Amino acid sequence: MSAWPAEPAHGAARRVEAAPGLRLAALGERLLPLVLVAPALATVLLFFVYPLSYSIYDAVFEDGRWTWANFEKALALYGPDILLTLATVLLSLALIAVLAVAIGGYLTLGEHPGAVALLRWLYRWPLFIPFIVTAQMMRTFLAKNGMLNHALIGLGLYTPLEAPSLLDWRGVVVAFVWKQTPFVTLLVAGAMASLDRGYVEAARNLGAGRLRILVEILVPLVRQTLFVGLVLSFVIMLSVLSVPMMIVAGQPTLITVDMAFRITAYGDYGVANALGTISYLMTGVVAWLYLRYAVARAGRS
Amino acid sequence: MSARAALAWLPRALLLGLLAFFIFGPLFNMLLWAFAERWYFPHRLPLEFGFDFWARVFAPRSQALQSLATSVWIASLTVLLCTALALPAGYALARLSLPLRSLIMLLFLLPQAFPNLPVYINIARMFYTVGLNGTVLGVVLVHTVHGLVYAVWITTAAFAAVDRELEEAARNMGASRLRTFWTVSLPLAAPGILASAIFVFLESLDEFTGTYFVGVPDVTTLPLLMFTASMGGNYQIASITALILLVPSLLFMLVIERFLRADVLAKVGT
Repeated sequence: MSAWPAEPAHGAARRVEAAPGLRLAALGERLLPLVLVAPALATVLLFFVYPLSYSIYDAVFEDGRWTWANFEKALALYGPDILLTLATVLLSLALIAVLAVAIGGYLTLGEHPGAVALLRWLYRWPLFIPFIVTAQMMRTFLAKNGMLNHALIGLGLYTPLEAPSLLDWRGVVVAFVWKQTPFVTLLVAGAMASLDRGYVEAARNLGAGRLRILVEILVPLVRQTLFVGLVLSFVIMLSVLSVPMMIVAGQPTLITVDMAFRITAYGDYGVANALGTISYLMTGVVAWLYLRYAVARAGRS
Repeated sequence: MSARAALAWLPRALLLGLLAFFIFGPLFNMLLWAFAERWYFPHRLPLEFGFDFWARVFAPRSQALQSLATSVWIASLTVLLCTALALPAGYALARLSLPLRSLIMLLFLLPQAFPNLPVYINIARMFYTVGLNGTVLGVVLVHTVHGLVYAVWITTAAFAAVDRELEEAARNMGASRLRTFWTVSLPLAAPGILASAIFVFLESLDEFTGTYFVGVPDVTTLPLLMFTASMGGNYQIASITALILLVPSLLFMLVIERFLRADVLAKVGT
């Protein structure tokens, strides 16, 4: 429906002449919601949608002409980094999914109230801790002289001289999992808690073990929530600059660092925007998978 | 019985202990660095503890205190701007009939649906041509766009959770729509709106990527200072500034459930 009323019919026009104030009031009534939303909407369009569109345009057009040059250069220079980015983020997502389901499952099915309460208190700590603080913590925790190594040396797993540094893509995975697991767990545990307990009780009465209940009943029922949490985390991990910048020393690194480097070192917007477009494509594929899944699900029910 | 009970507890306790180490280990390691005067490999603990670096961070007119002031100033302006934009939008989305409502809700989600780093690069380029780069206003605008999703969605949910009958009762007693909004809808939605304001404040306080591109070279927020200290190898200063950033985040985690009640949470995104 259009927000603008059509030209008033002949009869209506006469009434309007009689009461112009009323006509204004009616118009105002219809426009009011749009007027209220407009400033917020304009902010998003001007400061997000426009620069987003421009970055794609800038990646494929040079002096108004279509070109693949930026993509060719991006692939030639950063091809391995693109693959490493995808691998790092996907591995993190897999670990986050397993941990979130395990913690959420124990919170829902755990039989010992003390252990459940302790776990509920424990898992949320990283929830609102900023990525940049996470990066700084991991920079010390995973370093050669970090607490992780000292703990492992203390357990006798290796000697101080053999102590490795995890400050490469593995450190990024640890940081991502540490920071994003509580967020996905919060969503998954919430969804599990709001399920009808009847399913669980019925399965239990039939003699199903807890692991089987979790994998065969709870996870399929909360799959959608889990997927939403993972998709949001995927986008967040592809946007974070501080974690790879502070944890990965040198090459190979993630493409967020490469984009920043193209700008700060060369002012090369073309290649940076080509890498940016590649990261949009990655989220695009994930969003498309999600939508296909959601549509298939809607079609079934 | 007690031996068997203890044995039954063992796997549970081991797993919980492992998780606790994984969660608190990094936090504890940073805490050690914040109070370490000297510490190098292969020493397991700092050789000397002390407050020298704290004195440096909190010295009058130190760089850290100046960045903290900049950060708080930017976060406060971001909250003001975000709330000013989200209050009318949230009310309209929750209460008034709006054409293409779900499309508008989705538009507000866009900044969460695409990686924002390449977008920030191009905002910085755009701001550079209009002289907004390196200004507080430029950084506030970037933080506002990022926070607006949460602000609009939570505010919409807060207004949607207000009992319609209370608003109708006020209208029936002759109150105008504006008066009903000020005296009924707004006070009832206030806890949710406050939660969204705290959230936006924290997001702005912690924001790094946007400030890195848009704030350069004149606006130094606390995260930027922390980053510079850390990359320069000054782990003590980096850990102390990280701790300052950490405290509000942890406090918020502990109190969020007071502000964001389940009935509001259930309406987020609908």
